Amino acid sequence: MIIDHPLLGPRDASEFIYLGDASLLNRPNWDEENSEDNFYKYLYLRENVAGMHKELWFHQQGDRSWLVISRNTITHEIFKVELATEFKKNMEKFND
Amino acid sequence: MYYNVFKILKEGLNDNKGWKKTWQNPEIKKKYDVIIIGGGGHGLATAFYLAKEFKIKNIAVLEKNWIGGGNVGRNTTIIRSNYLLNENEAFYEFSLKLWETLENQINYNAMVSQRGVLNVFHSDAQRDSFVRRGNSMIINGADAELFDVDKIKSMYPFLDYDNARFPIKGGLFQKRGGSVRHDAVAWGYAHAADELGVDIIQNCEVTGFIIKSGTCIGVETNKGNILADKIGCAVAGSSSVLMSKANMNLPLESHVLQAFVSESLKPLIPGVITFGAGHFYISQSDKGGLVFGGDIDGYNSYAQRGGMDMLEDVCEGGLALMPTIGKARLLRMWGGIMDMSMDGSPIIDKTHIKGLYLNAGWCYGGFKATPASGWCFAHLLAKGDSHSLSENFQLDRFKNGYMIDEKGQGAQPNLH
Repeated sequence: MIIDHPLLGPRDASEFIYLGDASLLNRPNWDEENSEDNFYKYLYLRENVAGMHKELWFHQQGDRSWLVISRNTITHEIFKVELATEFKKNMEKFND
Repeated sequence: MYYNVFKILKEGLNDNKGWKKTWQNPEIKKKYDVIIIGGGGHGLATAFYLAKEFKIKNIAVLEKNWIGGGNVGRNTTIIRSNYLLNENEAFYEFSLKLWETLENQINYNAMVSQRGVLNVFHSDAQRDSFVRRGNSMIINGADAELFDVDKIKSMYPFLDYDNARFPIKGGLFQKRGGSVRHDAVAWGYAHAADELGVDIIQNCEVTGFIIKSGTCIGVETNKGNILADKIGCAVAGSSSVLMSKANMNLPLESHVLQAFVSESLKPLIPGVITFGAGHFYISQSDKGGLVFGGDIDGYNSYAQRGGMDMLEDVCEGGLALMPTIGKARLLRMWGGIMDMSMDGSPIIDKTHIKGLYLNAGWCYGGFKATPASGWCFAHLLAKGDSHSLSENFQLDRFKNGYMIDEKGQGAQPNLH
């Protein structure tokens, strides 16, 4: 699998390590009333789709950046690669 | 049809014209007592034990492709019970005991071969942890022996004893472990279940659940709706996809696990051997092929094939353990989709929807668990409460904090 890094260009997937579903960027507030349930869902009930999946990858053997990759889990086709910081900013804008 | 030696002799003299189909192709009934979704090892075993041990009469197994085409046909065929935690060890030891009598139970030659499983260790610290695991095995009624290097040398002279980086310091040996002909497990359970009147329905894909006021009363399939009192799901890597049709989100990730087989060689490896400094396990099949595997690829995948970087990683582990296999040529490689749970241990439990039951989260351990998984799931389906050996495999343990984390990795499925 080749990952087209937004800063470094195409890199082999073996340089990266995988964390999981990009919903891990949405850490719940600890002081909300139902935070126990929110943290349970946050940590254990992640997306496990057959198809398009947004997921967190870390460029460990490279520039040590966190990426959000949109990938098809059936074909391994990669549609979009973004820096996680940019992704989070856009996500917050969208939520506002 | 009952198989025995006289039948073989008779058919041998009769041009083998009298053999009947091992399992039938039955008409689908409108309603069953129990429907099992998934015609793999676990689903077929569940149907068999439901009929045999729990005397349920009206059972169907629905399989979207052909039976035994998923993970039961895509593994490295190893059976063992060498776990650390009591919740797992007692369960897997029960499974190993069922393997030992399986062939008589199902009247089918599954080639159960208890040729021994050796886990090699390479450091003092690893020795201590293996001793602890061995003691845990013995406490739970399994067998375990600690081997020193001389003993291993006499049994497995082909390992690399001069490896400076990963010196072999000894091993934990389970004599009753071994391997089983994986396809014959699926076919054997199908044969035995069919004998007991279970309807095995192939090419029947479940497309939805019929849920009325919190109770699941049937399934929608590509062959029409089928009603049932109880529905058990045993679809391994497809669990998340299937259960999403009931609006359930599971604590699972699906990952691809690859396995490899070499060309046929003369007898070389007498049992199963695992490397302690990387993830590599190897055995030799009765046909002579070296069957080996390693880690999952590490990212969510529903593709039944894997990447070349993992092949390289597995072969590096293999060559560090036994350089002699470097000359063997690889014949085939394949991948199966593992339902990796958040603590590395399985789930056999009812769901919040009445009548809907789940068997999933088998991670790397699905094949060896087949008989016990079938037995405990059948117990749950028949009686409505968990078997004592699977009562800890609950779906809500992640919420309650009763994780069974064999490797202590936390909620990171690709590390279990």
